[in-house]
Amino acid sequence: MKSLEELRALREKMKSQTDNRAVAGSDETVIKVGMATCGIAAGARPVLTTLLEEAEKRNLHNVSISQTGCIGLCRLEPIVEVFKDGQKYTYVLMTPEKAKKVIADHIVNGNVCREFLIGEN
Amino acid sequence: MFRSHILVCGGTGCTSGNSMKVYDALVARIKKEGLENEVHVTKTGCFGLCALGPIMIVYPEGSFYSQVKVEDVDEIIDEHIIKGRIVTRLLYKETVGDDGKIKALNDTAFYKKQKRVALRNCGVINPEKIEEYIAYDGYEALGKVLTEMTPQDVIDEILKSGLRGRGGAGFPTGRKWQFAKNSVGDKKYVCCNADEGDPGAFMDRSILEGDPHSVIEAMAIAAYAIGSDQGYVYIRAEYPIAVQRLSIAIKQAREYGLLGKNIFGSGFNFDLDIRLGAGAFVCGEETALMTSIEGNRGEPRPRPPFPAVKGLFGKPTILNNVETYANVPQIILKGADWFASMGTEKSRGTKVFALGGKIHNTGLVEIPMGTTMREIIYDIGGGCPNGKKFKAAQTGGPSGGCIPAHLIDTPIDYDNLLKIGSMMGSGGLIVMDEDNCMVDIAKFFLEFTVDESCGKCTPCRIGTKRLYEMLCKVTDGTATMEDLDKMEELCYYIKENALCGLGQTAPNPVLSTLHYFRDEYEAHVRDKKCPAGVCKKLLKYHIDAEKCKGCTLCARNCPVGAISGTVKQPHVIDANKCIKCGVCMEKCRFGAVLRG
Repeated sequence: MKSLEELRALREKMKSQTDNRAVAGSDETVIKVGMATCGIAAGARPVLTTLLEEAEKRNLHNVSISQTGCIGLCRLEPIVEVFKDGQKYTYVLMTPEKAKKVIADHIVNGNVCREFLIGEN
Repeated sequence: MFRSHILVCGGTGCTSGNSMKVYDALVARIKKEGLENEVHVTKTGCFGLCALGPIMIVYPEGSFYSQVKVEDVDEIIDEHIIKGRIVTRLLYKETVGDDGKIKALNDTAFYKKQKRVALRNCGVINPEKIEEYIAYDGYEALGKVLTEMTPQDVIDEILKSGLRGRGGAGFPTGRKWQFAKNSVGDKKYVCCNADEGDPGAFMDRSILEGDPHSVIEAMAIAAYAIGSDQGYVYIRAEYPIAVQRLSIAIKQAREYGLLGKNIFGSGFNFDLDIRLGAGAFVCGEETALMTSIEGNRGEPRPRPPFPAVKGLFGKPTILNNVETYANVPQIILKGADWFASMGTEKSRGTKVFALGGKIHNTGLVEIPMGTTMREIIYDIGGGCPNGKKFKAAQTGGPSGGCIPAHLIDTPIDYDNLLKIGSMMGSGGLIVMDEDNCMVDIAKFFLEFTVDESCGKCTPCRIGTKRLYEMLCKVTDGTATMEDLDKMEELCYYIKENALCGLGQTAPNPVLSTLHYFRDEYEAHVRDKKCPAGVCKKLLKYHIDAEKCKGCTLCARNCPVGAISGTVKQPHVIDANKCIKCGVCMEKCRFGAVLRG
């Protein structure tokens, strides 16, 4: 360790390994992927892994990504719920590509991807 | 990024409850399901609630599973990890509300009043991975000290924080460091006392098992402050997990250049070695500890000269306890004012206690100084099991004293405990209920010090032995009232004349029980009775002929055949044969066996 910057760079890199290791705080964005049998069958796992990869790539530490059980609308799976700024957004019929867009547009830039929301399509 | 973290406690308590097998089973199952890139299984240090081990927490839900067995692993993976349904059956009961809702762990009685500073990373990070420590701001304090602060700045900050030694005596840490800095020497040493010897104490062990890097980082900071380049951690060989994790931590710190030459490019060099102690209690005393590191028999020597002037190998040395060090990086990072804002005027910060004895939630707790004994025992500890009445608590182990029930509202800090005849000690807190005989307790602790006396000075070697013999007379019922006065006199004599802390404090348990529970001593001496029913020589069991139904249960269970009688006729105990084991009393369904 030759400098404090080196330590900080390592810490930034390691933070992604320990993200999600706490109950999400009230200021955190929470993303939940429906991962019951219906969700998994509809392809929820690639959606989840894409979300995790994207969050890691962009160093998003203020986001908690996890799975949840059956959300109840099996025909619209995979479903991703985003809890941000006291609002709940339900994205349906998700794919890895759509997941990338949600991270980039909604989570990072704050523009809700209306076209994927339930009731919009 | 992982979507879920499973943290399995790898402290000594949970490990002995087979938590490592649970860990292995989890890892194997996660691998089988192909989830290793999504779910991270980690072993951590102690969560604190040892009574309910093995413990694991699943994040981000924060589900706190207790008493987990290997057989439960499949259910947890199937339900929680794969389907996202929490296994309520295994949750710590306190986290499930009456309405079935799951409460946050920090809202439970055990955790609510705690404030974790020294234990901040225990149960959060994997102690065998330096990268995780770094992810939680590890080594930032050392970096800050080496690049932005002068040695005097460091000492001033520690002085300002009001940090006092957590090993027992409570000497201000900053002042100790200042003395060592001011001493002139071509070589100086930084030592860590991890020779936790008090029966029932496991704070230092848990810190080293759960967060070894915090101690390494703090020792490097201390070395910079006093101008040293070599440190030693003196730890007892009876702590295999702590020794192993500390060795791994030192190796990793060296690999990252956080120990060694030119740390952070500042020109500062520091390295650290482990010295194993063979488990002698006296080696927790600072001069004996250093004599032992030097390779000699662990015996104390008179002070002065103090270690800060002439310590290890005759050079200026500082010696601090594990918990003291664990606070240091936080003080540097968050500032002296933050630390000083916790606790009482003369005792700043928090203190870790190991709760043991007759208490519901056995385990490790960290509370702000000034918390009352009542809050620790009833709110956090959950009171005495089986509805028994709280009688006293022993702090400071064999060097401390007891706090009786009527002083339970005393706010705990260094000075208050001294005032009531006990001491902070390293943090062992042993709870006693109405079934404990205080004379017997004093005898237990004194027997320990008699065993552990190194024998160098007469007051300790012979004095404690004589004192022990007098206590035996009391519990045998052969003592006189005069003996009690003699005992007290001998206690003060030993305190004043013993060479080191071990002898000077050895009579404390006797003195404090004599002070608060003199009536119990007198009952033993005058009435030849042990009110708590513990001292066997003073016990007599007999059967109440009116209540006895002649069921023969007692006679069948008596291990020595001391009970005789025919069916449906009152039974009789032969006092000559009786070994006073109490089995008959336990077995009798009619309350006919009496003790007196």
